[in-house]
Amino acid sequence: MGNGLKKFAGSQLVIPLFALFLLIVFNLIRDVEFFSLTIATNNQGNTVLSGNLISILNGASAVAILSIGMTLVTSSCKGQDISVAAGAAIAGSVFVSVLRANEITIPVIILAFLLCCAVSILFSTFNGVLVAVFKIQPMIATLILFSAGRSIAYWINGGATPTISSPLLVSIGGFIPGIPIPTPIIIMVIFLILISLVLRFTNLGLYTQVVGINEGTAHLNGINPVWIKLTAFMILGVCVATAGCITVCRIGLINHETLLLDVEMDVILAVAIGGTALSGGKFSLFGSVIGAYIIQALTVTLYAMKVPSSAVKAYKALVIIIIVLISSPVVKEHAINLRNKLFKKQVKTEISMKAS
Amino acid sequence: MQNDIALSMRKINKSFPGVQALHDVDFTLYKGEIHALMGENGAGKSTLIKVLTGVYPKDSGQIYLNLDGTNKEITVKSPYEAQNLGISTVYQEITLCPNLTVAENMFIGRGNYRMVNWRSMKKKTTDILSKLNIPARATQQLGTCSLAVQQMVAIARAVDMDCKVLILDEPTSSLDEQEVEKLFSLMRELKSRGVGIIFITHFLEQVYEICDRITVLRNGELVGEYEIKDLPRVQLISKMMGKDLDDISSLQNRKPLDEKADTPPVYEAVGLSSLECANAFDFKITKGEVNGFTGLLGSGRSESVRAIFAADKITGGRMKINGKEIKIKKPKNAMMHGIGYLPEDRKRDGIVEDLSVRENIILALQVMKGFFRPFSRSEAEAFADEYIKLLGIKTASMDTPIKSLSGGNQQKAILARWLLTNPQYLILDEPTRGIDVGTKVEIQKLVLRLAEDGVSVTFISSEIEEMLRTCSRLIVMRDRKIVGELKGEEMTQDNIMHTIAGEAGQNG
Amino acid sequence: MKKILALLLVFVLASGLAACGSAPAAPAPSSSAPAPSKDAPSAPATPADSGLIKVGIVNNPPSESGYRAANVADFEKVFNEANGYKASTFYSLKNDEQLNAAAQFITDGVDYLLISAAATDGWTNVLENAKQAGVKVFLFDRMMNVDESLFEAAVVSDMAEEGRMAVQWLIDQKLPEYNVVHIQGAMGSDAQIGRTGALDAEFEKGTMKRVIQQTATWDEATAKQIVESVINSGEKFNVIYAENDGMAKGAVAALDEAGITHGVDKEVVIMGFDCNKWALRELLAGNWNYDGQCSPFQASVIDSMIKDVEAGKTLPEKIVINEEKFFDARTITQADIDTYGLGD
Ligand SMILES: Nc1ncnc2c1ncn2[C@@H]1O[C@H](COP(=O)(O)OP(=O)(O)OP(=O)(O)O)[C@@H](O)[C@H]1O
Ligand SMILES: [Mg+2]
Repeated sequence: MGNGLKKFAGSQLVIPLFALFLLIVFNLIRDVEFFSLTIATNNQGNTVLSGNLISILNGASAVAILSIGMTLVTSSCKGQDISVAAGAAIAGSVFVSVLRANEITIPVIILAFLLCCAVSILFSTFNGVLVAVFKIQPMIATLILFSAGRSIAYWINGGATPTISSPLLVSIGGFIPGIPIPTPIIIMVIFLILISLVLRFTNLGLYTQVVGINEGTAHLNGINPVWIKLTAFMILGVCVATAGCITVCRIGLINHETLLLDVEMDVILAVAIGGTALSGGKFSLFGSVIGAYIIQALTVTLYAMKVPSSAVKAYKALVIIIIVLISSPVVKEHAINLRNKLFKKQVKTEISMKAS
Repeated sequence: MQNDIALSMRKINKSFPGVQALHDVDFTLYKGEIHALMGENGAGKSTLIKVLTGVYPKDSGQIYLNLDGTNKEITVKSPYEAQNLGISTVYQEITLCPNLTVAENMFIGRGNYRMVNWRSMKKKTTDILSKLNIPARATQQLGTCSLAVQQMVAIARAVDMDCKVLILDEPTSSLDEQEVEKLFSLMRELKSRGVGIIFITHFLEQVYEICDRITVLRNGELVGEYEIKDLPRVQLISKMMGKDLDDISSLQNRKPLDEKADTPPVYEAVGLSSLECANAFDFKITKGEVNGFTGLLGSGRSESVRAIFAADKITGGRMKINGKEIKIKKPKNAMMHGIGYLPEDRKRDGIVEDLSVRENIILALQVMKGFFRPFSRSEAEAFADEYIKLLGIKTASMDTPIKSLSGGNQQKAILARWLLTNPQYLILDEPTRGIDVGTKVEIQKLVLRLAEDGVSVTFISSEIEEMLRTCSRLIVMRDRKIVGELKGEEMTQDNIMHTIAGEAGQNG
Repeated sequence: MKKILALLLVFVLASGLAACGSAPAAPAPSSSAPAPSKDAPSAPATPADSGLIKVGIVNNPPSESGYRAANVADFEKVFNEANGYKASTFYSLKNDEQLNAAAQFITDGVDYLLISAAATDGWTNVLENAKQAGVKVFLFDRMMNVDESLFEAAVVSDMAEEGRMAVQWLIDQKLPEYNVVHIQGAMGSDAQIGRTGALDAEFEKGTMKRVIQQTATWDEATAKQIVESVINSGEKFNVIYAENDGMAKGAVAALDEAGITHGVDKEVVIMGFDCNKWALRELLAGNWNYDGQCSPFQASVIDSMIKDVEAGKTLPEKIVINEEKFFDARTITQADIDTYGLGD
């Protein structure tokens, strides 16, 4: 048991989990009822759960999904894709225009989603080729789509903010009748399970990290870095499509200018908080997802505290600086030293026991 | 006597998670002496150096430095501070920046941060390079130099600073004899100027050639400090290992294998060339044969074996495995045909620093097994465990990141990676680099055992004796061309040297 | 569907689009809007017909907002050859690019220059040049910091008036109490400042209670989260004042999920701005209560002024405040939607 605890203490997840824990405690002190769940009947007549906990999990799903793909790209390419939000605007626009051209039925929705995945993957692969084949720095390579993406979305929408409405879409963006948990949360969980299965039943995780840490070694051990990087970008493409569609379904409207605005920064931050070095290498998907929840919890907390609009960003920045500082190697080292000093005796006896 | 001490360390302790790397270690260095620090892989030599130069904080103990004639206790917080105190270091793993030029590497992070004068910097660098006969230009990017040149640049950088103490952690592991000689004469000159030098190496001859005293570490503990004349070689080895070295004479005199006409060679190449190895060459190896490429550094021996493995882009040639024509265009093809390749530059091409020992060991086999068929955790652990035991890899656990292993143990882990793939043809480029005497013998024995089991091995080493002991055929290279081949009785030090020099003894 | 196929092709040109989508590298005026399919010119293009009035239009790109898209479309509808104009248009969000384009138009010898400036400062020089060259200048949508003598007239919106109208409407509802959830646009934008002002005044006076005042930066999903957090806190509210339609829609989505009714004679009063067609339809259905509009339709006003100038009349006013409209769910008609609604 002690061993398990030690392993946990050494893992990458400690700091994000600790930060999340602090946020939770802070909120509980502020308001004991903060995380209480209530059961309500919504305007569609379904029984649903609501409360801040649900809001956090629900609101974070897009960022969480994106952070999964971003983690893989970060790990293998040693850089970030800053075009995810613009890409999601394109994906959302494709989704909406297909739905508007047809009567909205389940097969049409599926078709629209698949098409939107295809388009996203195509754009992502374009980024991937620039990065993997032409060896352009990811941020520079994706800058192209970052600046062009919303214009492309604008063009798909014909300059308007088209709306779509159907109970089916409400089921995707809100609640499925009979299930009290918001669908985006469920999609997020399914996504996480899927990607865990992929990592479990393929070597994607190992290869990605090897490529990110040492491309020379990867090459000499029969791994093709180009393919691994492209794969990471393609997975990110699927994430982008999913995030775009969910966001569209939430409101039933596509606004190419504001859809997931500035979310790329949140996503990158989630990855960083989650313990994946932005310079690539070892990654932690769960860490990134937790990072996404931390950011959302922080946002919801600030809303609940009624922080003035003009100060929200400053507060957010402050807390994030603190989190990032805690996870910096320098602070970590000091913490370890401190711990060693405090528990010196135990450590020594342990070692002598091992030796004997 | 007091003032002759350059540096002393008392009761140094240092532990890492799961290992006590140093336990109450004492060490004394006098002025104007060359002091060998000896021990097996993972004994704690590099750690002692890193504690001294402030790379790691020490857990306890004191360090005294002779400052203006008196010994003062110092606390060194960073290598930069150490440098300012007059302690220059060449670390075991090259710590220079491959993206910068040679001149920049010589001068960055040194002394004051005043304006850099590029012209004088370039001139000084050129002077030093020519003085030490280093074949590099000041404006060349360091990453494009060979490992040996990089090593020499690192040494030049350390030596150039006026230092009181010079520390060399395995500087010779990638140098050939001539370069070692250059280094030694440099060390002698510094010694005569009163500099205290700490020299870490696994080459015993070098220790006896140049050192005055020896400190031996074992498992992080001090075994003792000896005058060189009081400690003959055999005793030194047993002090390091804690037991006597196996008799290695039995290893010698391997019979050359008869080429059997009926069985085709395991691997055969005709007119093979690659981007890095432009001169096409022919090569073959039969089942159970151990052969070697020899030649000076830069003679193209590494490039040749890299071409066999398709590590560089192949530009021409036909290859056969067991008589069947095949195509090897990339390393994966070679691996699938049962070829394994242990690269020369462990840091750049071998280890995946941040990943665990376990993942590093199973990597190649995993790739061969396929993207969609990962090993289960328990399978991977079983493999890693087996080879950690087999090669005696010293690690806190198999989940430890490989970068925190000692240099020699990293090398063993990479060797384990290729042994695990169960190759029919194994290429080992400097497999014993940075490996201690005991293990070196183990590895040589292992190579011979593999050969007995029918594995073909190509072996490259800067130590000719090692090759003589294991190989039954030697391919001699000069200026990126094969200039001769020696078999059986022809294989003597002299013959090899002659062939390399191109004088006589071209085999008949 | 066709569009999507076309998109795949355009993908290849993505990088090209990056350059010309929002920030054209060269200020050379382009006469075609990026949304070409909308209204094709009704008369075939004849080369430099001398009977046409040459106008140069400097505007913000239609992709900026739904408002701007409507504004651009309005100008395209009015200033075309069928109405006797030969119009060239330049779009940019950047003031310096706009300045260059305006100078270029003057060099090209247009008769009239119509400008909606990206920023209020820096225009004096260009307008002086225009005056010397005999080019008459009209400002629309936004004022700029220049001497009144430098332009013929300005047709602008009064954002503050828009806010006052909305708040006055709210007061007229005579609700027993006013617990307002106020969702703001991107902080510092003209629309946000105008639409926030009047409401803030009521909060100060204490006639209305500020349950929350938070920016959603025009983002629908963020608006939804803000309202969710109010609902979760259990605080009472009966008015949602969202500074654009999208955010109002996001807010309503949150209410729907929490089972709170909204609209005419329901628990919560919903107020939005912009008058998108889809939003007005919500009003017509009684799901929302109020939608205010900052009218993007200045083209016909300027058109008639130009015609007056051409006829030799003097313009009565330098600064014309565009007439603002609002709609109440109780009185809106389908005809209103068709005439005044933006988009489709
Ligand atoms: N950063 C680290 N983290 C954890 N353990 C470490 C670290 N550095 C060294 N060790 C451990 O400390 C021990 C001593 O290592 P050290 O590098 O000093 O050996 P060495 O004597 O230099 O060996 P070699 O001859 O192989 O270079 C080893 O068991 C190694 O695994
Ligand atoms: Mg070492």
